Amino acid sequence: MTESPPPVVEMRGISLAFPGVKALQDVDFRLFPGEVHALMGENGAGKSTLIKTLTGVHRPDTGQVVLAGDDVAFSSPGEAQHAGISTVYQEVNLCANLTVAENILLGREPRRFGGIDFPAMRRRAAEVLARIGVHIDPASSLGEHPIAVQQLVAIARAIAIDCRVLVLDEPTSSLDAGEVAELFRIMRVLRDEGVAILFVSHFLDQVYEISDRMTVLRNGTLVGEHLTADVDRRTLIAQMIGRDLGTLEAIEHAAEERQAQGPVLVAATGLGRRGAIEPFDLEIRAGQVVGLAGLLGSGRTELARLLFGADRADSGRLLVDGKPLRLRGPRSAIAAGIAFSSEDRKGEGLVADLSIRDNLVLAMQAARGWTRPLPRKTKDQLVDKYLKALDIRPANPDALVRTLSGGNQQKVLLARWLVTEPRLLILDEPTRGIDIGAKAQIQQLVTTLAAEGTAILFISAELEEVVRIADRIVVLRDRRKIAELDGSVTGVDEVVELIAGGATPEKVVS
Amino acid sequence: MKNKLLWPLLALVALLLLNLIVTPSFFALRMQDGHLYGGLVDVLKNGAPTLLIALGMTLVIATRGIDLSVGAVAAIAGAVTCVHIGTSGSASTAFAGMAIALVLCAVLGLWNGFLVAGLGIQPIIATLVLMTAGRGVAMLVTEGQIVTVNNTAYRQVGAGFVVLPVSILIALLVLGLVAFVTRRTALGMLIEAVGVNPEASRLAGVRSRTIIWTVYVFAAVCAGIAGLMISSNVSAADANNAGLWIEMDAILAVVIGGTSLAGGRYSLTGTLLGALIIQTLTTTVYTIGVAPEVTLVFKAIVVIAVCLVQAPKARAALSFRKVAVS
Amino acid sequence: MTTLAQRVPSRFLPVLATVALFVLAFGVGSARYDGFASGQVIANLFIDNAFLIVLAAGMTFVILSGGIDLSVGSVVALSTMVTASGLQAGWPVPLVIVAVLLTGSTLGLLMGLVIHKFDIQPFIVTLAGMFLARGLCFLISVESVSIKDRTFRDVATAAIELPGGVTITYNVVIALLVVAAAMYVLHRTRFGRTVYAVGGSESSALLMGLPTTRVKVGVYVISGLCSSLAGLLFSLYMLSGYGLHAVGMELDAIAAVVIGGTLLAGGVGYVLGGLAGVLVLGTIQTLISFQGTLSSWWTKIVIGVLLLVFIAVQRTIVRR
Repeated sequence: MTESPPPVVEMRGISLAFPGVKALQDVDFRLFPGEVHALMGENGAGKSTLIKTLTGVHRPDTGQVVLAGDDVAFSSPGEAQHAGISTVYQEVNLCANLTVAENILLGREPRRFGGIDFPAMRRRAAEVLARIGVHIDPASSLGEHPIAVQQLVAIARAIAIDCRVLVLDEPTSSLDAGEVAELFRIMRVLRDEGVAILFVSHFLDQVYEISDRMTVLRNGTLVGEHLTADVDRRTLIAQMIGRDLGTLEAIEHAAEERQAQGPVLVAATGLGRRGAIEPFDLEIRAGQVVGLAGLLGSGRTELARLLFGADRADSGRLLVDGKPLRLRGPRSAIAAGIAFSSEDRKGEGLVADLSIRDNLVLAMQAARGWTRPLPRKTKDQLVDKYLKALDIRPANPDALVRTLSGGNQQKVLLARWLVTEPRLLILDEPTRGIDIGAKAQIQQLVTTLAAEGTAILFISAELEEVVRIADRIVVLRDRRKIAELDGSVTGVDEVVELIAGGATPEKVVS
Repeated sequence: MKNKLLWPLLALVALLLLNLIVTPSFFALRMQDGHLYGGLVDVLKNGAPTLLIALGMTLVIATRGIDLSVGAVAAIAGAVTCVHIGTSGSASTAFAGMAIALVLCAVLGLWNGFLVAGLGIQPIIATLVLMTAGRGVAMLVTEGQIVTVNNTAYRQVGAGFVVLPVSILIALLVLGLVAFVTRRTALGMLIEAVGVNPEASRLAGVRSRTIIWTVYVFAAVCAGIAGLMISSNVSAADANNAGLWIEMDAILAVVIGGTSLAGGRYSLTGTLLGALIIQTLTTTVYTIGVAPEVTLVFKAIVVIAVCLVQAPKARAALSFRKVAVS
Repeated sequence: MTTLAQRVPSRFLPVLATVALFVLAFGVGSARYDGFASGQVIANLFIDNAFLIVLAAGMTFVILSGGIDLSVGSVVALSTMVTASGLQAGWPVPLVIVAVLLTGSTLGLLMGLVIHKFDIQPFIVTLAGMFLARGLCFLISVESVSIKDRTFRDVATAAIELPGGVTITYNVVIALLVVAAAMYVLHRTRFGRTVYAVGGSESSALLMGLPTTRVKVGVYVISGLCSSLAGLLFSLYMLSGYGLHAVGMELDAIAAVVIGGTLLAGGVGYVLGGLAGVLVLGTIQTLISFQGTLSSWWTKIVIGVLLLVFIAVQRTIVRR
């Protein structure tokens, strides 16, 4: 890879703020013709915001976008497409009820006598498909094809116009190994034709296989731009997750002081679900904090959802207190004392239009059924207790939850489950997107709960946080459990090594 | 919350004032044989069936549903009771007939609930089935005739008086009951939770199916009582016309009252106001001397006006560009 | 059976099921009643339901785009009223026709704009439209207005001879032309394909850069236009204008479209399905009238049951 051609895209000093969040701060980005460029970063790093700024969905507050030497300011995705920037999204954004040919060409279809010229349309679609080596009937309807093929059709649509820049936003997350290989073959063909490809994926193996160059973002800022060959996985992961995110000395090695742990509370053997997480074994003891480490898309959330019955397992079994438990849904998990605080606070956690009070008692009330309301007094006492204990602000039980800040919303969600006095509390990304103070409070709470005998499954994208809090660390990679480590003697580096997946380690069981 | 009710309240007051201007005696109440009469009493009495059905509809809509079948269910209730009473004049036959009718309505509600919660069919379509077939069933029961009865006990439901017309008392009783049950038990909160965020509610362990089932049964029973009122008021069951389009009036009452068709927070007071507005509108059109059929035009205008006032997008129309960007 | 299923794409199966149902219902009628299997009975199906065929065609557009239009029955009534009173006032026939079609499409345009610009549910907006159109009828006249215009009556009663001694009316010709036009627009134009795209996934259609706004408003204009045209046909059929004409006809139109295999969620269905749905409804009515002992209310019950069956079938298809 020589640097002789000028970049086709150059973004300089891009900043963009949403209410309350600085999504991008002074980010520079270059994309050269004929390269595959990986954009790396954890959730919230600003990857999709940067992409959307490039594709005309967002407009930057400051900074400039230069396309092939010209300053551009797209006001819609359509304009960006006209300028030769095509995008393929993670979810197939096509219409399954239309034919393949229509999905490729609709909006710029060949016409005859005012109507669509279908024979010509099918011919052109077949040409485009042939260019990327996909051989399917253009007249078949898109929905008949597997997701992988639909993804390829989306790429066909993207290159049906004369595209100079192809943005692939997590195109591989629903593909299997063979399909990924096929996609990469197509990407190489396009690259060799001189197309600049911007590629986002959470699978490091894929990034190292296909990309020529990478840009790493963290918390909306540029961390670095490297040739892929120049940077090893450890360095990359260290850059992505950061090493210092507000040191919280108080909790440092709290795990070591908590040696006395109870009996095995929950044990999973061979539990798994196709397409979500491969069968795994897991034991969680009372009073123990088990951390789940792994990159986004490694199966963290999927594992948690199986334990809670939010999704049904299609293999394996679950023992609670040594007795088998068949989870038919969240209700049976809750009845067994398992609680799950989702990473998607707004979508799956809180009921935004209800008050703090209602949200706090929702799970407990749901367990009791509607005919047995919590007495007003009990309710007030509970609400009062948790407003104080978790320092929820405003301390007004009638405030609607959607008016609260992220940190306070998270505390309300936590409190909802604490009210039910769970024996196993599953926390999926409880500290994401909240301010440092609330974060410390939540981490403190986790250690306190564990000391009181609650078992906790702690999921976080921040490795430091997991390592600091967990007694044991379960490492996931590519939807598989690959290791289990003793938290008190493990450092971040060791976990990074595992996630990077150099050598498959011996299983370390504490 | 409170200011949400402001617009409907203003609309109601304006309508009432208009009546007062046209008919100065509109607010006058008089007692005769221990019965209270007057313009306001008429509004309440004529609006009672709509109010009842709107109450049931409010809870259904709060769960993101809708029930189109209530008019047909009302017709079935009247038909079943009148056919059961036949030529009998005894009170016990009347009560037995009404009991049978209401149980049948509850079963029809279960059926709707089964289609929506059990099979997961869109509520509009699921209840369209019973809306279409229900009138046929009502006609099957009455064999296509208008069945007239002469039963004093039955007549009390729709046309009787205990100082106030019995139908008003029944409607207010049900309103009070719903308000009490939904606020004193956890039903109201769980209904809203299911309506606002079904997935979060499921993960919090809420039995949403049971909740949805409950509201459809409740809506059908309300429709049944309304059907009894309508039929009792004329001492006859007209399978074709009893409760015709009352589901639309009820939905309007709910929407005018500030409950969003998208589900979630609901307001029983709002529904009461909505039902009163619709009934007062009808009365007003009468009093100002326009053909009663033209009420529909005013209804349409009121609906659109209230919806526009409440639509977030209409409010945000000025800052539209910003919304579209984020 | 397997070879058939293999040759026919699964998207045609619901329509084929409706056609099969029609053939079955007609076969039952032919086997049981003398004179049922005549060409004229089939022709009468079209004559008696020409307006419903037109309504179903318009409704297909709306439902395919993921919306619903409750106003169509009232717009039919309004159109008969405008026609009758216009003719009574001595307007020339072409002017009446233009006035009717303009009224319907303008109402559709207004509803479409409110739905799209203010993001209010189609259900409520078209419900208001339903009240408005019905109310406007009564504003014109509370009574039924009969049509005495010569030209109009001549067209209404004119019979077109087909081979085999079967006669049809101009209504049938117009209805079939509308179906053909609707098919052309839905399948051969960008607008039509975008209707499917919007119904399949509105956000995808938007990201694909398709003209979603034009489509979302346009389908209501088309539905309004079809409703007013159906109103003209209904005037020809009834030779009167009345505010209580076509009460509940929107439900018949929706039922026909659903029975014809169009998904209420949008994106899947055919105009021909709606036509088949209308014919099924018509055949059931004919069957019940031939039976004589069966009362008319069975029609409603049977329609309800058919709706249920087709919805259940669609559920299983969608789940797959």
